[in-house]
Amino acid sequence: MPLRSDIKKVLVIGSGPIVIGQAAEFDYAGTQACRALKQEGLEVVLVNSNPATIMTDKHMADKIYIEPLTLDVIKKIIKIEKPDSILSNLGGQTGLTLSMQLAEEGFLAENNVKLLGSKPETIHKAEDRQAFKDTMEAIGEPCIPSKVVETVEDAMDFAKVIDYPVIVRPAFTLGGTGGGIAYDEKELHEIATNGLRLSPITQILVEKCISGWKEIEFEVIRDAKGNAITVCSMENMDPVGVHTGDSIVVAPAVSLTDIEYQMLRTAALNIVQALEVEGGCNCQFALKPDSFEYAVIEVNPRVSRSSALASKATGYPIAKVAAKIAIGYCLDEILNQVTGKTYACFEPSIDYIVVKFPKWPFDKFVYAKKTLGTQMKATGEIMSIAPSFEAAMMKAVRSIELGMDTLTKKTFIDLSDEEIRASLHNVDVDRCFCIFEALKRGISVEEINEITKVDKWFISKLLNLAELEKWLAEGELTQEKYDLAKKYCYLDKSIEKISGQSLSDKGIKTRQAVYKMVDTCAAEFAAETPYFYSTYDDENEAAEFIKQHPTDKKKVIVFGSGPIRIGQGIEFDYCSVHCVWALKELGYEAIICNNNPETVSTDFDTGDRLYFDPLTFEDVDALIATEQPYGVVVQFGGQTAIKLTKHLQETGVRILGTSAQSIDDAEDREKFDELLEKCGIPRPAGHTVFTTEEALKVANELGYPVLLRPSYVLGGQNMIIAHCDSDVDEYMTIITATELENPVLIDKYLMGTEVEVDAICDGTDFLIPGIMEHIERAGVHSGDSISVYPCQTLSDKIKNTIITYTEKLAKSLNVIGLVNIQYVVYDNEVYVIEVNPRSSRTVPYISKVTGVQMVDIATKIMFGQTLKDQGYQSGLYPVGDYVAVKVPVFSFEKLHDVDTQLGPEMKSTGEALGIAKTFEEALFKGLMAAGFKMFKEGGVMFSVKNSDKPEIIPLAEKFEKLGFELYATSGTASMLNRNMIATNFTYRINEEKEPNVISLLESGKINYVISTSETGRKPARDSVKIRRKSVERSIACLTSVDTANALVKCIAMDKTVDDIEMIDITKI
Amino acid sequence: MTLNLIKAKTAYLILADGTIFKGKSFGSEGKAIGEVVFSTSMVGYQEAITDPSYCGQIMVQTFPLIGNYGVNDEDYSSEKIAINGYIVREYCEAPSNFRCEGDIDSFLKKHGIIGLFDIDTRRLTRILREKGVMNGMITTEEPTEEFLAKAIPEIKEYKITGAVEKVSGEKKEFKAENGKYRVALIDYGFTKNIVNSLTKRGCDVTVFPWNVTAAEIKEFAPDGIVLSNGPADPKDNEAAVNTLKELIAENIPTFGIRLGHQLLALANGFDTEKLKYGHRGASQPVTDKNFGTTYVTSQNHGYAVISDSVDTAKAVISHINANDKTCEGIEYKNTPAFSVQFHPETGEQKSTTSYLYDKFIGLMEGNK
Repeated sequence: MPLRSDIKKVLVIGSGPIVIGQAAEFDYAGTQACRALKQEGLEVVLVNSNPATIMTDKHMADKIYIEPLTLDVIKKIIKIEKPDSILSNLGGQTGLTLSMQLAEEGFLAENNVKLLGSKPETIHKAEDRQAFKDTMEAIGEPCIPSKVVETVEDAMDFAKVIDYPVIVRPAFTLGGTGGGIAYDEKELHEIATNGLRLSPITQILVEKCISGWKEIEFEVIRDAKGNAITVCSMENMDPVGVHTGDSIVVAPAVSLTDIEYQMLRTAALNIVQALEVEGGCNCQFALKPDSFEYAVIEVNPRVSRSSALASKATGYPIAKVAAKIAIGYCLDEILNQVTGKTYACFEPSIDYIVVKFPKWPFDKFVYAKKTLGTQMKATGEIMSIAPSFEAAMMKAVRSIELGMDTLTKKTFIDLSDEEIRASLHNVDVDRCFCIFEALKRGISVEEINEITKVDKWFISKLLNLAELEKWLAEGELTQEKYDLAKKYCYLDKSIEKISGQSLSDKGIKTRQAVYKMVDTCAAEFAAETPYFYSTYDDENEAAEFIKQHPTDKKKVIVFGSGPIRIGQGIEFDYCSVHCVWALKELGYEAIICNNNPETVSTDFDTGDRLYFDPLTFEDVDALIATEQPYGVVVQFGGQTAIKLTKHLQETGVRILGTSAQSIDDAEDREKFDELLEKCGIPRPAGHTVFTTEEALKVANELGYPVLLRPSYVLGGQNMIIAHCDSDVDEYMTIITATELENPVLIDKYLMGTEVEVDAICDGTDFLIPGIMEHIERAGVHSGDSISVYPCQTLSDKIKNTIITYTEKLAKSLNVIGLVNIQYVVYDNEVYVIEVNPRSSRTVPYISKVTGVQMVDIATKIMFGQTLKDQGYQSGLYPVGDYVAVKVPVFSFEKLHDVDTQLGPEMKSTGEALGIAKTFEEALFKGLMAAGFKMFKEGGVMFSVKNSDKPEIIPLAEKFEKLGFELYATSGTASMLNRNMIATNFTYRINEEKEPNVISLLESGKINYVISTSETGRKPARDSVKIRRKSVERSIACLTSVDTANALVKCIAMDKTVDDIEMIDITKI
Repeated sequence: MTLNLIKAKTAYLILADGTIFKGKSFGSEGKAIGEVVFSTSMVGYQEAITDPSYCGQIMVQTFPLIGNYGVNDEDYSSEKIAINGYIVREYCEAPSNFRCEGDIDSFLKKHGIIGLFDIDTRRLTRILREKGVMNGMITTEEPTEEFLAKAIPEIKEYKITGAVEKVSGEKKEFKAENGKYRVALIDYGFTKNIVNSLTKRGCDVTVFPWNVTAAEIKEFAPDGIVLSNGPADPKDNEAAVNTLKELIAENIPTFGIRLGHQLLALANGFDTEKLKYGHRGASQPVTDKNFGTTYVTSQNHGYAVISDSVDTAKAVISHINANDKTCEGIEYKNTPAFSVQFHPETGEQKSTTSYLYDKFIGLMEGNK
């Protein structure tokens, strides 16, 4: 069937802010979909609240609304735009749920809007637990014994029938939020209560726990005609019990015989037929390791993280094909872009193995539990491609950026064999490394399999690596040993480290990687895909490809930003992609190297060529040798790419844009101080220290509060504000526990207004697209602050000082391209906090709201164009008509034990944007997009630190005037009452008397919690417990008085979505 | 384990065009000559090695990790192993599966199959793709100039002959639980799954060797005839084609699979040709023109029925390959027969194309 003639204008719903369980993969999917629709000549209207996405870029759609993804907003936009169709299955769970609600309410029918992609019946059958079970039963596909319940009592009764352990899965929640395994009645009571509350329809599934079974996934695509194919099979190294998003996953499945494989493949095909899926679908199965018994775990009738992985793993563009199916095409009508000859109706065959490795945020959340379960915790992932599992693992471990280049994890080295055995029982983020250590100690494959239930196949493969390393470490390093290690993709430096011998001393002939192509068909057909991965074979397909495609264009490599993590998110992928586009426009060949399967940058048709590989020195050297580029770009790939700079410069590679020297000048504390002095720019007083004694002395000299952090940090890792000697003591004890290579920095902490500037400099002129002001005072990490453009409270004098300082800094650092500078305004003085001569988190949002395409301009500057050439004046760009408020979004409900108190260490996983004519409206939209519910009445609870107490008086008064009921613990309550603000008294947690804070939070009377504390982090503290309880009860918890003031301003505005204009940013 | 990779004896693949791959020996040691073909299937190596259709061939697996789940006593396509040689990039020495009864190395040794591993199989596949199917030799002897001077002509001269005769077996019977139909399966190198698919549907299957005469079949008076898969060039089987010519006139419901499909076409006066790019692997899309539906099928053939040679008065092309549009299935008008170029079943499981067996049952039912 060709394109449906009744479709002209399609509304595409994005997935919103990045949270754990819903990340950049939907930008990738959405971007592919928008492109596919536009290719067909359709008018595309896009809604997504996440500004850091490629899909919200001007040329991706005809109309773009960066608006909150709520039912009211979507309805309003449908009324304005009158699309004839809406695409349901490419915007993650968010898009799917919204589409379903619109359909079920009858809104779509009333407004003559067709639902494309998954139909409501399909969504219902897949998502509603009972309907799903019934459907599976009807087609004879086995499910795990389970029951849908709506009360805790029913859950307990059913658990008695099927016996513990049982798994609880709440209906309609993201990434398994609120689920868990209960081993006894007490645990079930807790998990079921929580799950029921989190489910929007108060429904949970209680099912028999099948932990330890193999977890196998199939990505399936079906069209309206009933053609269906499986794109890829995947096998989780971690058996059932660990969320697939937290599992190490390989593609294709490796431990299944043909019978088992065909059994599950056929089941997957039968399921999509029964659900009548039109588009992509993910089917998850549990397979009993010692029989043919299997069960369907879950079916997602939409593109997903797994489908992004499957797309990148095979080269089959699932999202693009799904979008074409949605508008009427069939699989046998869609050409396979890779071969250009064959059709999309085939099952890709691959001739390599793919490993996906999750990136977890526990380097940030030191006190959080690292255990893994049914609730996903990873913020991102990497993928590696190699001809063997061993080699793919070696590539994976250095792509994931844990500071490791082999599977040996330092923390395990000093443990005894017994401790290692004991650690094998921990299902946590280090399990794979623990298994490796166990193998090195001679613990048998069988014993490890017995404990971990990880299939022996994986363990035996890891044993190969352990044996290889043992062989390398024994006796003399020979060419033979070296060659075998290279076959498994060990780095030269790792081989030297393990063998304790130098390659040059031993006369080893070193090898450089060559490249093979990803072509969807295992070389069966000639392919034109410019998509490669490295191996240590003799033939270099990339070099061949380059030779066969001669061009006069100069080649430029853009290094990507690796896995998505807190502090380095999708923004950097946005910047990398824009750089590539600008390069193409300038007439260069743009080559991308990155390892993140969730992103647009790793779509093989984004650049002229894609290399899916780790970003270490040696990996990059091989790429340079094959490509021999004119130059490379590092400033858009975050810290991952920046840290390659020095090495690349040393090896004679041309760094385009800001030089390695300038980057070092900005990062090296002493050099930076000198520079500031030269420019006459003040910064908060500070010193570097190595010991606790020094730290205490300096802190007292500077006067509390002080800011402590290790030098060379990303995203405020391990940064705290110390208010007293004991804070310094606690911090230094933790930080000095590990070897201290770099000193600790102690700065006077200035609690002023934080201001952020992204600027572009061409060496002569500089351009500031906009000055951003943070709502929260300095001390809250800039990534966690609500950021407002244009700045609202700064005087012209201050603004001019900021402009002057920015000019001085950009010029004296010889910035060519982008620079991000953070200032604090304190007592009418402007201080510099930090300068980053690279792209930043705020670049996409500022580019979108000002219309200044920062990355494009910066890229052109790198190639000699000036700002003037591009039509820009030096200085601050004129302020536009709109106010844009960027609001951080957190994933606290996924991360137990993480204190939600904001501080200098970044905690947010994503962001949403509100754009409006006035500040208040923009803030309202931003908060709503970030998930805040604007309650106009209800209860507010205060529990604040002493230094905040004076400030909450006016805040509390505002809430009181709005008609809110106020609650506080003794000290705060009496202070407020003394100030004639009626406040209910409640006991502290430890007082164990009623009314108690916790029971109050559970009562449902509280809508907002304002909780601040002097120090936090340790989960045992009362204040942390209050905040965690709020997260569990989905109560908005504000940990800064500034945020609370902003919120109350919005509530006081007394507006609803109906009162607020929806803004199509293509018209800005 | 990795260390075994070092210990294994060096072995070579020498292609007819003189290209040499240096790898390691596994399975049986010695010299094997055959037509080198690749398979893009990622699973099912035991079924492939034991598929008689590979008679006279050296198979290269494009998926680099073979032997992951070992081998067992159940997953044989047939009892006859007709493959000449086996090439993989890496084989698994520590396989894992609950039914695993041994590793692939021992399996090849047991069946006397000469293997080669640790070569760049993608490079080899690309050569075969560009130059078409080529003969080759696996050997543990060092390819000195002297050796090559003798070996290359030998490799070039190699031709698969009498393949069907080699793989076809004795007459035997397979009873269904409650047999409703008598089916004659003519064995050109049948795979076990064909029999299973039939018995599961209530057919008592009697397997006849390839050289069964039309008279014998007529005497047996089956409700239906199934023409099995088999190896090599269909035109090598003149006697079998002649038998089919006689049988066509009997109007017995007939179902041809793979080689059986080609032989039935030849018997009807249609023609076959060698494909430049043979269809090998588990992902060949085939469109059923009756329903307009496309199925992903498993195939291994280097020859196809020439579409233009199909006499539209006698038959229609029912299936085509969605990629290269070659003929993948024929429905006959003059006789209750149909045939397909692929295996309708995948493994033991119900599959998307197993409806073809039901169609065959339907024909027999209608003919009763």
